[in-house]
Amino acid sequence: MASNINYAKRKFGNRLAMLMCLAATAIGVTWLFLILFSLLWNGLPRLTPALFTELTPPPGEKGGGLANAIFGTVVMTIMGVGVGAPIGILAGTYLAEYGRHAKLSPVIRFINDILLSAPSIIIGLFIYGAVVVPMRGFSAIAGSLALAVIVIPVVVRTTEDMLSLVPNQLREAASALGMPRAHVIWLVSYRAARAGLITGVLLAVARIAGETAPLLFTVLSNQFWSVNLLKPMANLPVTINNFINNPDGNWKELAWAAALLITLAVLSLNIFARALSAGKKDA
Amino acid sequence: MNEKISVRNLKFFYGAALALKGISIPLYTNKVTAFIGPSGCGKSTLLRVLNRMYDLYPGQRAEGEVLFDGRNILDSGEDLNLLRSRVGMVFQKPTPFPMTIYENIAFGIRMYENLPKSEIDGRVEDALKRAALWTEVKDKLGASGQSLSGGQQQRLCIARTVAIKPEVILFDEPCSALDPISTAKIEELIDELKTDYTIAIVTHNMQQAARVSEQTAFMYLGELVEFDETSKIFTAPSDKRTQDYITGRFG
Repeated sequence: MASNINYAKRKFGNRLAMLMCLAATAIGVTWLFLILFSLLWNGLPRLTPALFTELTPPPGEKGGGLANAIFGTVVMTIMGVGVGAPIGILAGTYLAEYGRHAKLSPVIRFINDILLSAPSIIIGLFIYGAVVVPMRGFSAIAGSLALAVIVIPVVVRTTEDMLSLVPNQLREAASALGMPRAHVIWLVSYRAARAGLITGVLLAVARIAGETAPLLFTVLSNQFWSVNLLKPMANLPVTINNFINNPDGNWKELAWAAALLITLAVLSLNIFARALSAGKKDA
Repeated sequence: MNEKISVRNLKFFYGAALALKGISIPLYTNKVTAFIGPSGCGKSTLLRVLNRMYDLYPGQRAEGEVLFDGRNILDSGEDLNLLRSRVGMVFQKPTPFPMTIYENIAFGIRMYENLPKSEIDGRVEDALKRAALWTEVKDKLGASGQSLSGGQQQRLCIARTVAIKPEVILFDEPCSALDPISTAKIEELIDELKTDYTIAIVTHNMQQAARVSEQTAFMYLGELVEFDETSKIFTAPSDKRTQDYITGRFG
């Protein structure tokens, strides 16, 4: 009899725990959907062709778009990843391949973890001091470098993790054929980890696409069309930051549209990265 | 008989731990030498010295002499990649690379020889035939090497090893992950390969050692207990420990 009571108790406890987990999940997901909903509700009306073709309007004017900001974000994201991803992949490769047994590796890993969790505004300040001040002005280059600094630790971490998943037997088998180390990494490790490496870079892109703080001190923004990398350049995050706090209704609407754009881009990147890493892993 | 490889007073250390306690043994040219013994006796370690696989890991080192065609390969000046192209190795688990069946074999050839595509095609076909895999894969050379069955993958690994024309092939428990039919195929293959190569095989399967080898070495706790003709080891071993092991009394 006693055991039946115990069993009933356990069953009840199990149900309760399950319920609490479900509730917690529901709360989390609810916020996510509320955010998506309000973004769509406020941003969709301005998601028109004009958004992509017209420049950000001066205060008080009607209409306009985000063409310059979209261009700036795309350019700086590409440059940030272009600079950060190769450095990150090389450093991650060192940790997972050459430096696997080196005493230096735990130190690098530790520093990388700190960098990974460093507030992005600090990185912005760092680039302000290291690039903006000596160059005597805000510039797209400085913004890209700030983004690159954010990309590096993300890619270092994913690269190391993904290469560590490659079975050591594959490396041994390649070495047993007389392959030099660099060939083993290039032909075997990278190929085996390809999906994971690309996923890491895509996640880094998603990470920096919406970064605002590091851009505030480095690239500022620009009301006008500019392709000069040595000058301030418009970009979506800072535009949102500038427009949303303004009483101008037109600016507010554009800020919502910009937020919706970034969210959609990051969301689809994440989904794509997931699909890629879940897909078949062989050649 | 010609000694292709002569191991002389070989000691091996994992850090401070002594794993091989002064082993001396010959590998005869174009013969199959089997290494048997309980787990941890050092037979795989010995194999990994012969192509200096252990060099991939810091803290592992060998002392003594391993003469390969009379030259000591333990010398610090030894070109490891060249050595490994001459002493091939097939592992316990099949390890096809994440590329096509064709590429699995071709890229090894390309590392050592600059050949036109037609000749590489020929070499790939030749290697696959030698590994008795050609008829099964000739219509899907572009398929992933990892799409093959376990037994086929292992034969692909053998083909890959054979393709770069080594002189010695080391088999480290090549059949322990395979079913009996695949095992029989690999054994047949080993028997054919010995006409061109000197072969060493580590195995936990004593029937296998008896079937494929001319010489058998019984190792125990890092020592070579007995080395002799396979027929003698399995019928009239001179050491009691060998007798106990092959009759299943310990190990």
